[in-house]
Amino acid sequence: MPKLLTGAEIVFKCLEDQKVNHIFGYPGGAVLPIYDELKNHPSIKHILVRHEQGAGHAAEGYARSTGKPGVVLVTSGPGATNVVTALTDAYMDSVPMVCISGQVPTHLIGTDAFQECDTTGITRPCTKHNWLVKDINELSDVMHEAFKVATTGRPGPVLIDIPKDIQFAKAKYKKPKKDKKLNGKSHNKFSANEIDQLINLINKAKKPIIYSGGGVINSGPKASEALRKFVELTGFPITSTLQGLGAYPGDDNQFLGMLGMHGTYEANNAMHDCDLLINIGARFDDRITGKIDDFSPNSKKVHIDIDPSSINKIIKVDLAIVGDVTKVIDKVNRTIVKNGNGKSNKPNIAKWWEQIQKWRNKNSLNFINSEDSIKPQHAVQRLYELTKNKDTYVTTEVGQHQMWAAQHYKFNKPNRWMTSGGLGTMGYGLPAAVGVQVAHPEKLVIDIAGEASVLMTMQEMSTAVQYNLPIKIFILNNQYMGMVRQWQELLHEKNYSESYSEALPDFMKMADAYGCLGIKADDPSELDEKIQEMVDYNGPVIFDCHVDPNENCFPMIPSGKPHNQMILGPNDQEENKIKGKGKALV
Amino acid sequence: MPKSKSAYSTPSIKQKSDTYIFVVWVDNEAGVLARVVGLFSGRGYNIESLAVAEVDAVKNISRITIVTTGTPQVIDQIRLQLTKLVPVHKVGEFKRDDKDVIFKEMALFKIVGKKNKIEKCLNACKKFNPVVLDETKSSAVIQITALRREIDKMSKKLKPLGLISTSRTGAVAMTRGAKIFN
Ligand SMILES: Cc1ncc(C[n+]2csc(CCOP(=O)(O)OP(=O)(O)O)c2C)c(N)n1
Ligand SMILES: [Mg+2]
Repeated sequence: MPKLLTGAEIVFKCLEDQKVNHIFGYPGGAVLPIYDELKNHPSIKHILVRHEQGAGHAAEGYARSTGKPGVVLVTSGPGATNVVTALTDAYMDSVPMVCISGQVPTHLIGTDAFQECDTTGITRPCTKHNWLVKDINELSDVMHEAFKVATTGRPGPVLIDIPKDIQFAKAKYKKPKKDKKLNGKSHNKFSANEIDQLINLINKAKKPIIYSGGGVINSGPKASEALRKFVELTGFPITSTLQGLGAYPGDDNQFLGMLGMHGTYEANNAMHDCDLLINIGARFDDRITGKIDDFSPNSKKVHIDIDPSSINKIIKVDLAIVGDVTKVIDKVNRTIVKNGNGKSNKPNIAKWWEQIQKWRNKNSLNFINSEDSIKPQHAVQRLYELTKNKDTYVTTEVGQHQMWAAQHYKFNKPNRWMTSGGLGTMGYGLPAAVGVQVAHPEKLVIDIAGEASVLMTMQEMSTAVQYNLPIKIFILNNQYMGMVRQWQELLHEKNYSESYSEALPDFMKMADAYGCLGIKADDPSELDEKIQEMVDYNGPVIFDCHVDPNENCFPMIPSGKPHNQMILGPNDQEENKIKGKGKALV
Repeated sequence: MPKSKSAYSTPSIKQKSDTYIFVVWVDNEAGVLARVVGLFSGRGYNIESLAVAEVDAVKNISRITIVTTGTPQVIDQIRLQLTKLVPVHKVGEFKRDDKDVIFKEMALFKIVGKKNKIEKCLNACKKFNPVVLDETKSSAVIQITALRREIDKMSKKLKPLGLISTSRTGAVAMTRGAKIFN
């Protein structure tokens, strides 16, 4: 007779076989058998969060910074509904995550039992797949398949709903099956012909640009290496989406900065004017394309992506290569080398680089600094300068501060930048930082935050204190929902409807209450010294950085406008005042 | 629509829509229909009809037939998104006027009225292999199989002749000849 294990034991057996070291969770009635079993599995450390949304974002931070799936454990009903925002966030940004939720016993399902909700129904549209396990004999297979679905193809979240009686029931444990083909859901069958077509386009291009995205990060560190090689071999300029930052070094001369709504002048103009656009692992999001009909009107478009449904979803492309970025780019690189670098078309694109240099001279990320108040851009720049020599991990909340972080903090490695791009979830950054720090206990982890966002998941500071996670919460406190205020200023006649943060808490006292260090800065001359204090402090810090409340984030493409119609910052607006060119666009 | 002051994106030029029939082979498991239907409603695709039943009890496979309309880009997306669902094995897609594919729908008509009216109804249905499934002095249930638009037409035609209730299965599809879809 093989040994029979309880459902709860099987859950942990699976987690062990899937090499899970950390789970983020919160207990409750419907998962108590699983919590009871926790003590018998010392290789798995449970991080107790303060809200299930926090567990989800922490798992996302963990996953993004390691490439391994994040694991979440929550109870039925409110536990499951609280994690929905994080599941949706992970779904939008393709983050691998496995969420285990408790459910009322099978005989009570459908009776509106205490803390019952239709968890698989609620999470169906925000997971790659989900399962309600009603038969204990299926539990092992479902758990293993869940990890496979979450981590293969385009990664994403999955959920396994386990009724309480199943957690008690007994069955044989089944090990993961080796390399079972997953229903043909993972795609990596590109042809040599496609590669040749791409090479041909590369050779002919006079005004090329590479536009890379989060898919490069998801494909693993090798993809970033391949991308760097590709950029070096071709000599092409490269721009990146918000999620792709770090795949290519942010301080390299061939990097044009981020593109899109708050991207640089050179990146967006190059996208608009190019004759060859190579999209690597990005998805033509509307914050990137602006007005679809005017998007990069004169270019041949190539799209490399692992998800076939991303191809032609928004922008029709001339050449699609469906496959894993690492594999595709490696193959392209090898072909270029084989063909001999002599045939390189670097001279062809010299003129293009001259044009790009002209755009660059606009210095579109520029801002007017001040000696009286801290400018938020300046704060991010100083933070970057004072932390760039460490292997720093940065998370953000959502708003102006997020865009300033993307513009002014330069990333040189993949997996160092965790931000909520697709869903734009305020409250993501702090718990994400918790997850990153759990995965990298010795590294410097900073959440570049807004004062409004950070209040949405502030309670996770307790988690950081409980587990000695020395995360640094760097709040660019402008007393406004700044991004909302900016849109109201530019687009709603300065009607600042409900965007001022009345009655903000005293963040110093808050730090005190949580038992971490509070630092406050409002004088530009003290900024460096205080940032240094934060970096040097061995423990969690809340840094309340008071910045100019009226600063706007530029450049900006009003959505629905093409790339070459950007609003630039105050320096440029001064120049263009008479023409009123910028204003007419708003 | 009033011109929005706010910088929201504006919809781009629309292409022409066409009617397509999707045939989807899925694992017959709990929630699979909800996944398929949820995909359509969640992404704003349209469902004109849907028919589903298990077709292979051993392998536990159900076959879903969906009639939908969309621009070529939307139809592409529907196929690709369906293919991504974990319990979906394969997806076939046919234009409504595809000559290599048979599309059929079954309808049950309940007619209430005198014999002569019922006779007239049967006559009208002649082209569509009418079968009388139930008959009383004052009523009949007639089954026909036909194309969707033919059934549309018939329902209109039979209304004045005493049609009081219609039940339809939604279209199902099969390729002609010896080849099967794969
Ligand atoms: C959960 C959630 N609610 C609302 C929004 C809409 N929103 C986007 S940015 C923003 C303001 C953020 O303010 P803050 O965190 O202070 O950042 P700032 O823009 O001032 O840097 C709001 C309300 C959102 N993104 N997420
Ligand atoms: Mg703010």
